[in-house]
Amino acid sequence: MTSLLTFPKGGVHPPASKSLTSGLAIEVMPVPDELEIILGQHIGAPCTPTVALKDEVREGGVIGEVTKGLGVPLHAPVAGTIKAFGMSGHPMRVSAPSITIQTNKEAPPAQYSRNDWQKLSREELLAKVHGAGIIGIGGAGFPSHVKLNPPPDNPVDTLILNGAECEPYITADHRQMLEQSREIVEGATVILKILGIHKCFIGIETNKPDAIKTMSEAAAAASTPEYTVVVQPLQVKYPQGSEKQLIQAITGRKVPGFALPSAVGVVVHNVSTARAIFEAVVLGKPLYEKVMTISGKGIARPANLLVKVGTRVRDIVAYLGGVTPALAKIVMGGPMMGFAVSSLDIPVTKTTSSVLFLAADEIDTTPHSQCIRCGWCLEACPMGLEPKEIALHVEAGRPQDTGQFGVFECFECGCCAYVCPAKRPLVQFIRLAKMKAKR
Amino acid sequence: MAINEQASENQSPVIAQGLWKVSISPHVKSGESVEKIMWTVVACLAPPLVLSVFIFGIQTLIITAVSVASCVAVEAATQKALGRRLTIGDGSAVITGILIAFVLPPGVSPLLPVLGAVMAIALGKHLLGGIGYNIFNPALLARAFLLATFPVAMTSAWLPPLSDLAIFSYLGTPLDAVATATPLAMLKTQGLAAFTGQFGAGPNLYTNFFLGWRPGSIGETSGILLVLGGLYLLYRGYITWQIPVSMLATIALLSWCFGGEGWFGGDPLLAVLSGGALLGAFFMATDYVTSPTNKTSQLIYGLGIGAITVLIRLKGGYPEGVCYAILLMNPLTPVLDGFFKPKRFAPLQGGAK
Repeated sequence: MTSLLTFPKGGVHPPASKSLTSGLAIEVMPVPDELEIILGQHIGAPCTPTVALKDEVREGGVIGEVTKGLGVPLHAPVAGTIKAFGMSGHPMRVSAPSITIQTNKEAPPAQYSRNDWQKLSREELLAKVHGAGIIGIGGAGFPSHVKLNPPPDNPVDTLILNGAECEPYITADHRQMLEQSREIVEGATVILKILGIHKCFIGIETNKPDAIKTMSEAAAAASTPEYTVVVQPLQVKYPQGSEKQLIQAITGRKVPGFALPSAVGVVVHNVSTARAIFEAVVLGKPLYEKVMTISGKGIARPANLLVKVGTRVRDIVAYLGGVTPALAKIVMGGPMMGFAVSSLDIPVTKTTSSVLFLAADEIDTTPHSQCIRCGWCLEACPMGLEPKEIALHVEAGRPQDTGQFGVFECFECGCCAYVCPAKRPLVQFIRLAKMKAKR
Repeated sequence: MAINEQASENQSPVIAQGLWKVSISPHVKSGESVEKIMWTVVACLAPPLVLSVFIFGIQTLIITAVSVASCVAVEAATQKALGRRLTIGDGSAVITGILIAFVLPPGVSPLLPVLGAVMAIALGKHLLGGIGYNIFNPALLARAFLLATFPVAMTSAWLPPLSDLAIFSYLGTPLDAVATATPLAMLKTQGLAAFTGQFGAGPNLYTNFFLGWRPGSIGETSGILLVLGGLYLLYRGYITWQIPVSMLATIALLSWCFGGEGWFGGDPLLAVLSGGALLGAFFMATDYVTSPTNKTSQLIYGLGIGAITVLIRLKGGYPEGVCYAILLMNPLTPVLDGFFKPKRFAPLQGGAK
């Protein structure tokens, strides 16, 4: 009996709740009247605007550039007029500087056509990825061209595309793998060419058998003697989509603390990032649209939507027929790691993969009680940390002593708080500890 | 700011009334809760309680009811006095109440557990910080306290099992007329011959001990029901196998080696079926708060309890040793968990002090 691959330590099995949207084809949302494009979409310094008030911009035109450090340029998602520079709501940073564009509804949509990317050099390909504003749109927002240019002392031999989509509810990657499998796989070959390597695994959990089938067919069709692309089915377990856990599941290699995956010879990209790289390199289209899952019992019509970056949640709600009276919580991102928001005036960014409208019976709001030291959090933690000890130290006013429990190795997947029978907000305790503890 | 004002003017009728909840991730949580765990344990303790009525008579139910009621009352009173949130609904005081009764001889005064409850809940639990912070198992702390304060009742109020389901027959009967000794006490003080004369030998002995028809504390006698309850807790994932298995295996092994007339002459099965070993292994040594969380720590913890139990039984002043063995290992819990750490996925260099 062969057992399916997965990561060995910890993890949980939350209800998938994906059937609300997994059968719904990606639907193009009509362009709203206004877009708010947040300047800091990626990890690194935010972009500086390159446009002025009342400027006319074309769809795909550059509106922001990075002047220093890590980053990628920002593009206008629509043709229109620069209406304002201001502050927008942000799920994590509360508010962030942004550019507001008034859409020109008369303008024809931008056209992109295939070019012969095979002839381009590695440097030209990298420049295209950077110029198109590609970042890791699975959630992290790390500039992709940096990942594609690993330090020379870390030779890379394997590319992994992340199609695990282990967060409940979200089906955006699932639908893209079904509907755009060839684009994703061609994106993978672009990445292989840039990295100068030959082997790509696409990790997909077995709760998406149709995606495994479609992607396997596309991978087989695209594989050449030079580039092999293989779909690797994975056991369903959260947080399989975490970079370190996915690398361990597929290759058995362990990325050391604080190191990048290239330290073990691996580069990981999300399947949707691979599709964005396909569009950037093969079609010359910058990244300014995003496939998102809108789901939960709190929205009138759940859907998988293709929206323009900068679309406000309010416009999405209006397009999908409003919220239902059951709505109790709005979450941007997945239910395990996403951020609850208090406003609908928050714009979608390149890294927003879902907005969930959750009813009271879909969330847990039980008040927490004292730790009973059951140790379940230790079993659930995929990093081998001690969440209970970190939380107890924070409660006792000693957050500075939590370094010994590995608080900085925590990536806040939430497995500990998910299993906690005392419903303790362990992720919150850990975030507090990270702020107060010394590295 | 202008953007936000404009947006609020455009407020569409699509927005629901009422406040949205904003809290930290994860937004979904498993269906398990402290209440569910505790009440499941209570349910697992119910069958041995019911059986005890048929073995020792209706007064076991009275003692247990008084014990549970006083534990809940003391918990409520202490929490109120300390200005803490009332948590009597979580079932943990109920478990303590049942367990205090389970480790008492069936012939004691029903008022004894009231004192036990004050010791267990007020002193042993809430003055140390409440659930999660107590060092010692509250029920066993109560037993040790009662053994020290009422030594005669706690060591002599043993009743022989009823043979004809006459569950009211011990009510009002003077204790002196019926009192007997526990199997291990008889074995210790009067030797194997007296023991065999009283309890039989061979399959008949094991059957009686396995079903529970023997003198002993209220809830410790029925091996089969305690094991079934423990297996159910294991199946639910509420306890781990490490502590019960290592504790019982140690008791069996050491009793076999040293418990008989010569070397390797002891009866390992009898050692496990008597003296509260099964009750202690599945329901007391596995208490979350006072036992280690790390698997290696748990194995050592169970081994330590088993070894101390046999040491007390064979060399100590008491015929039974489980209670003190667990109480002696309880304070080692933080030490063991501080020594054996989970294997980190990839520790930062120099990060682990």
